[in-house]
Amino acid sequence: MVAITKTRTAPTLIVRGQQKLSKLTRTIIKYRWLYFLMLPGLIYFILFRYLPLWNAQIAFKDFKPLLGVWGSPFAGFKHFLTFFNSYYFSQLITNTLFFSLMKLVLGLPVAVILALSLYESMFRFLRKLVQTISYMPHFLSWVIMFGILLAMLSPGEGLINEIIKAAGGKSISFLTSPAWFRVVIIGSDIWKETGWGTIIYLASLMSIDPTLFEAAAVDGASRLQRIWHISLPGILSTIVVVTLLRLGNVLDAGFQQLFVLYSLPVYSVGDILDTWVYRQGILEFQFSLATAVGLFKGVIGLTLVVFANRLAKRLARTGLY
Amino acid sequence: MRVTKSWDDILFQIIVTIFLLGILAIVVVPLWRVFISSVTPLNYLDPKTFGLWLAPWKWSVEAYKQLLSHPSFIRATINSTIITVGGTLINMLLTVPFAYALSNRSLPGRRFFITLVMIPFLFSAGLIPTYLVVQKFGLIDSYWAVILPGGINIYNTLVMKSFFEGLPEELKEVARLDGANELQVLIYVILPLSLPILLTIALFYAVGHWNEFFNAILYLNDAKLQPLPVLLRNILLAANINEYVEYDAFSSASVQAIKAASVFLTMLPMVIIYPLIQRYFTKGTLLGGVKE
Repeated sequence: MVAITKTRTAPTLIVRGQQKLSKLTRTIIKYRWLYFLMLPGLIYFILFRYLPLWNAQIAFKDFKPLLGVWGSPFAGFKHFLTFFNSYYFSQLITNTLFFSLMKLVLGLPVAVILALSLYESMFRFLRKLVQTISYMPHFLSWVIMFGILLAMLSPGEGLINEIIKAAGGKSISFLTSPAWFRVVIIGSDIWKETGWGTIIYLASLMSIDPTLFEAAAVDGASRLQRIWHISLPGILSTIVVVTLLRLGNVLDAGFQQLFVLYSLPVYSVGDILDTWVYRQGILEFQFSLATAVGLFKGVIGLTLVVFANRLAKRLARTGLY
Repeated sequence: MRVTKSWDDILFQIIVTIFLLGILAIVVVPLWRVFISSVTPLNYLDPKTFGLWLAPWKWSVEAYKQLLSHPSFIRATINSTIITVGGTLINMLLTVPFAYALSNRSLPGRRFFITLVMIPFLFSAGLIPTYLVVQKFGLIDSYWAVILPGGINIYNTLVMKSFFEGLPEELKEVARLDGANELQVLIYVILPLSLPILLTIALFYAVGHWNEFFNAILYLNDAKLQPLPVLLRNILLAANINEYVEYDAFSSASVQAIKAASVFLTMLPMVIIYPLIQRYFTKGTLLGGVKE
C-alpha cells in the first residue's frame, strides 16, 4: 500500500526506478486496483476456507485443545479405523444413501412432469400462479417446515391425523415412527423443492426450436407424441446433467432437514453422516473422530463430483465447472 | 405452436389443468391450515371442517398480539434483522468486488485465483475444522460467528463472475480511457448494468441469513442472541409453552394458535419479498451461470 501511494504522488520515481523494480512489482502496481478489490475476498478465503483445511489435519491426530492443532500428538489412521469398524458405519452410509437416492429418484419425475405441464398449459394466469406458489417453499427454512409438518402430521391435531380419525382410523405418529419418518423426510423434501427444481427444465423447454412442434403438428402428431418425441428428448441432456450432479453430491442427504426433524426414536433410520459428525464433534467433544468422518465424506464427495462432472461433459457437453 | 384445436387437445388441456390445480392445492393447503390455526380462538370447536375453514368474523388475533408483545419474540426478531441486514451487506461487499476482479480476463494470475476458489468449492473440510477457526478467533457468542464463515458463497461468486464476463468489454474500455480506475468502473459502469443479478444474489444471501438456524445453534449459546428460527423451534417443541411465551390458562389464545402464529410470522418477510424479485430469476438469470 505504501508503495502504491508513493508511485501515485511521485510518478517520476517510477520512471527512474523502473529497471530496479521486479516484473512482479510492476504488474502489481499496474493492476493495483483489481488486486485491491480482491483483497477482502482473498483474506476471507484464507481465514475461513483454507485455515479449516489446515485444521483438518486433526483427523490424523489426537486433538487436545490445549496443545492446539499443530501440537497435538500424531495418531495416524486410528480415527478412520475406529469409524470404519464401528457399528454405526454401515447404518450411517445406508441412511445417507437412502435419503439422497430416494429424493432424487422420486423427486425428479415429479419436477419433469410439472415442468411439462407448465409448458403445455394454455392458461397464462394459471401458469404464473402455479410457478409463483410452487417456487415459494424453496425459500422456507426447515424450522418453518417443521411447523408446517406439525400442523399436517402431529398425532393430536394434524390435518392428516384428523382425517384418519374422522374416517374411524387410529392416529399415526408420523415424525416418531421409524417407518413413517422416512416417508416424511422424502415427501417433505419433494414438497419443498419440486417447484424450484422445475426452473431449469422450463428454461430448457423454452430453448427448444418451436418450428419442430409446428412441423410435427402439420404431420399430424398428437400432443402426447409431440411431448414424447420432441419435448422429452429436448430436455434429456438437462435431466442427465441434473441427475449426475445430484449423484455427485449423494453424501449430502439434507443435513438441515434431518437436524430439525429427527429425534431419539428415529435415530436408527434418520441419522446420516452429517448429523453424526455434529453429535460426535460438538456434543461429545470427539473432535478428531468427527473430523476424520467429515474428511472421509469430503474425499468421497470430491471424487464423485469430479467423476460426475466428467461424465456430464462427455454426455451432454455441459457441467458444473 | 397451438395450431389446431381438436378434441384431443381439449382433453389434454383439461388433464393438465387438473394436474396444475392439484399441485397448487398440495402446496397451498398446508400453508392455509397453518394460517387458519393461527387465528382460531381459544376453545373453538371445529365443526368438521378440519381446521381448513373459519369465517373471517370469527378470527382471533390474540396469538399475534401475545407474540408481538412478548420480549423474547421481539428480541429474536431484532437479532434476525441484524443478522440478515448486516450479513447480506457483508456478503455483497465481499462477493461483488471479488467476482468483478475474477471476471477481468487480463488479470495476471487469474487462473491461480480461480483455482484458489474452486478447491474449497469441490472439497470441504467439514464442520469441526471450521468450528475450530471460529472458536480460535473468539467469535463464539457474537453475530460475527454466524455472518463471517459464510461471507462468500462460492456458487454465487461464480454466477456473478460469469454475468460480469458477459457485459460488453467496450463500455469498460471507454471508462478506462476517461481515466477511471477499476473501482470507478465497477461502481459507475458495471453495477448499474447488473441490477437483476445483484438483487437475485442479495435475495439468496438474505434468505440464508433469515433462515439461519444451524450456525446459530452451533455458535450462539447466549439466549439473548438467538435469532427467530431458534426461538421458533423452541416454541414448536415446547409441550408447555410457558417456558417461551407467557401463556396461562386464562389467556385468550391456544397453544396451537401461538405455535401457528409464530410459524406464520417467521415466514412472512420471505413471502412478501420473494414475489418482488421473482421475475429476475425466472428469466434464467442463474442458468448456465457457472460453466466457464
